[in-house]
Amino acid sequence: MTLVVEGLSVHYGSIRVLSDISFSLPLGEVLCIIGPNGSGKSTLIKTIAGILEPKDGKLLLEGQNLDSISRNEIAKKIGYVPQDFQFLTSATVLESVILGRRPHVQWSLTDHDLDIVNNAMRMLNIAPMAEKMLTELSGGERQRVFIARAIAQDPDFYLFDEPTSALDIRHQIDVFSMIRAISEKKDKSVLVAVHDLNFAYHYADRVMLIDKGRIVCIGTADEVMTEENIISVYGVPMQFISTDAGRYVIPNWKKAVLNRGCCTNTKKA
Amino acid sequence: MKSPENTSSSLYLSGRKQKFIIIAGLIILLFCACIYALNAGSYHLSFDRILTIVNQAVMNPDLLKEIPFEKTVVIDFRMPRALLAIFTGISLAIAGCVMQALLRNPLVSPFTLGLSSAASFGSALAIVFGAFLMPFIPKVFQNGVIIFSAFLLGWFSILFIYAISRMKGSSSATLILAGVVIGYIFTAGVMILKYLTNDEKLREITLWLMGGMWGANWGAIIIVAPITLLCFLYLESKAWDLNTLSAGDDVAKNLGVNVNRLRLTGLFVATLAASACLAFTGIIGFIGLMGPHIGRMLIGNDNRYLIPCSALLGALILLISDTVARTIMEPVEIPVGVIMYVIGGIFFMFLILRGKHRMIT
Repeated sequence: MTLVVEGLSVHYGSIRVLSDISFSLPLGEVLCIIGPNGSGKSTLIKTIAGILEPKDGKLLLEGQNLDSISRNEIAKKIGYVPQDFQFLTSATVLESVILGRRPHVQWSLTDHDLDIVNNAMRMLNIAPMAEKMLTELSGGERQRVFIARAIAQDPDFYLFDEPTSALDIRHQIDVFSMIRAISEKKDKSVLVAVHDLNFAYHYADRVMLIDKGRIVCIGTADEVMTEENIISVYGVPMQFISTDAGRYVIPNWKKAVLNRGCCTNTKKA
Repeated sequence: MKSPENTSSSLYLSGRKQKFIIIAGLIILLFCACIYALNAGSYHLSFDRILTIVNQAVMNPDLLKEIPFEKTVVIDFRMPRALLAIFTGISLAIAGCVMQALLRNPLVSPFTLGLSSAASFGSALAIVFGAFLMPFIPKVFQNGVIIFSAFLLGWFSILFIYAISRMKGSSSATLILAGVVIGYIFTAGVMILKYLTNDEKLREITLWLMGGMWGANWGAIIIVAPITLLCFLYLESKAWDLNTLSAGDDVAKNLGVNVNRLRLTGLFVATLAASACLAFTGIIGFIGLMGPHIGRMLIGNDNRYLIPCSALLGALILLISDTVARTIMEPVEIPVGVIMYVIGGIFFMFLILRGKHRMIT
């Protein structure tokens, strides 16, 4: 199964946010979207998730246009983890994860549904807190609850919108390892928007660099994340350094600060 | 020994069992309260007698002709009144429950959103000006005119709230303030009607604004019962979709829910249920807040259970309150609406005070 995006453009009112986006995502692949703030990463993810309506272009799942598939069937194939979370102050962890089963159930949860919910909760290490309320959890724990909900939804394509924005470095690594595990062990695809270029570099099978709503480049990390590309898109002097643990891209802080007089436009590491 | 990987499903299953027990318990309680309400009043019968009369009314109405007085008290007066209290409690509670889910705000209800005031203005309008129309309308439809008018204005007020929540977000402050303002505007409308109308109608409107079950008769029940039940079934059938809204519109859409349509039809049906009852009872406050909140404490957030649980609680609270209102100062009746203002006001205060932890963001 392949998700194909063809000539997609999206408008907010009269403002064009995405233009002519085309790519395909086969099963079993992790595709990272990188690009500066406002480049259209979230918009692209939300459009594929069925939250925003495209103005032009097609979204195809196994050659079938998403317009011609019922909402519920799409929900079984494409799962979404938003950047910021909303929840009721009285919601519990278990209730929140179970929501992911909505596209699959008529009314009652079967044993099969409950097994999937169990596995999702175990995978994210949140089974012990099943009865806790979300308000009692830390930011990182909540994020894991919402990822578990997407896993309980059991789609073929996962869309993550900056899944590590609220997490410390250890949990960031946990989440990316889990994203790899989803694609490798379960043979699912993940489309993930990230700010951290090094995560994209090390965890993605392919990287898509977008800027001002257009794809600048798409391919392997080494093809896309060249110094020229990154400098031209982010407007910040960057360089790669090689270490024992592989190559890393870092901003040249001194130059960046000298050029701009401040570091407002440098990304957070 | 339980294997560790089964903990969440066993939690879920034991939780479900507990929820069924709670709902069954509430049904039994409501039945008992109902029997008590049929007996309460200046004319006392034994409980056996009540059961026999109710049984006969269902099985063999002809036998009742031999006991005309008892039949009149129980079947013609007390029973429709108890049923009206039950259906009104159900309607207001499910309306509150669903509005809270749809607008993602735990403090909204037909009362706090100004729907009650708007619907009562609609009814007052029909009571005052309907007099000119009534002679031309067949008697069966006269109640229908009042309901329609109540519904129309109720729907208008909810659309207004919906528009505000689209523009300004659905924070408690915004929605409650908008509700209060709508309440003021329609209360002003009712005052004008009261000022303009004659003494007889004035009394009718005043009584009716206090909220009470005086309007109870079988004609009212025949209208209210099917509307309530249909609205309940519809909203209950949308329970999963309502649940997904708790995670925000984006996630709900991704889970396959048509969010805009759900929100509009859900509010429409909730408004219909609430205004159909309000047209007969006048303003009954806070049931739409108390039912769902107590329900949430008992049974959790899953609307599949929360909607019926809130409905039963709303019915129970209103039936008991009305029975107390009817009997506590015999032979004088206190309007149950007044009692609900007092209980509900205290309850609302309690929600605000302990809100930090659980109910209010």
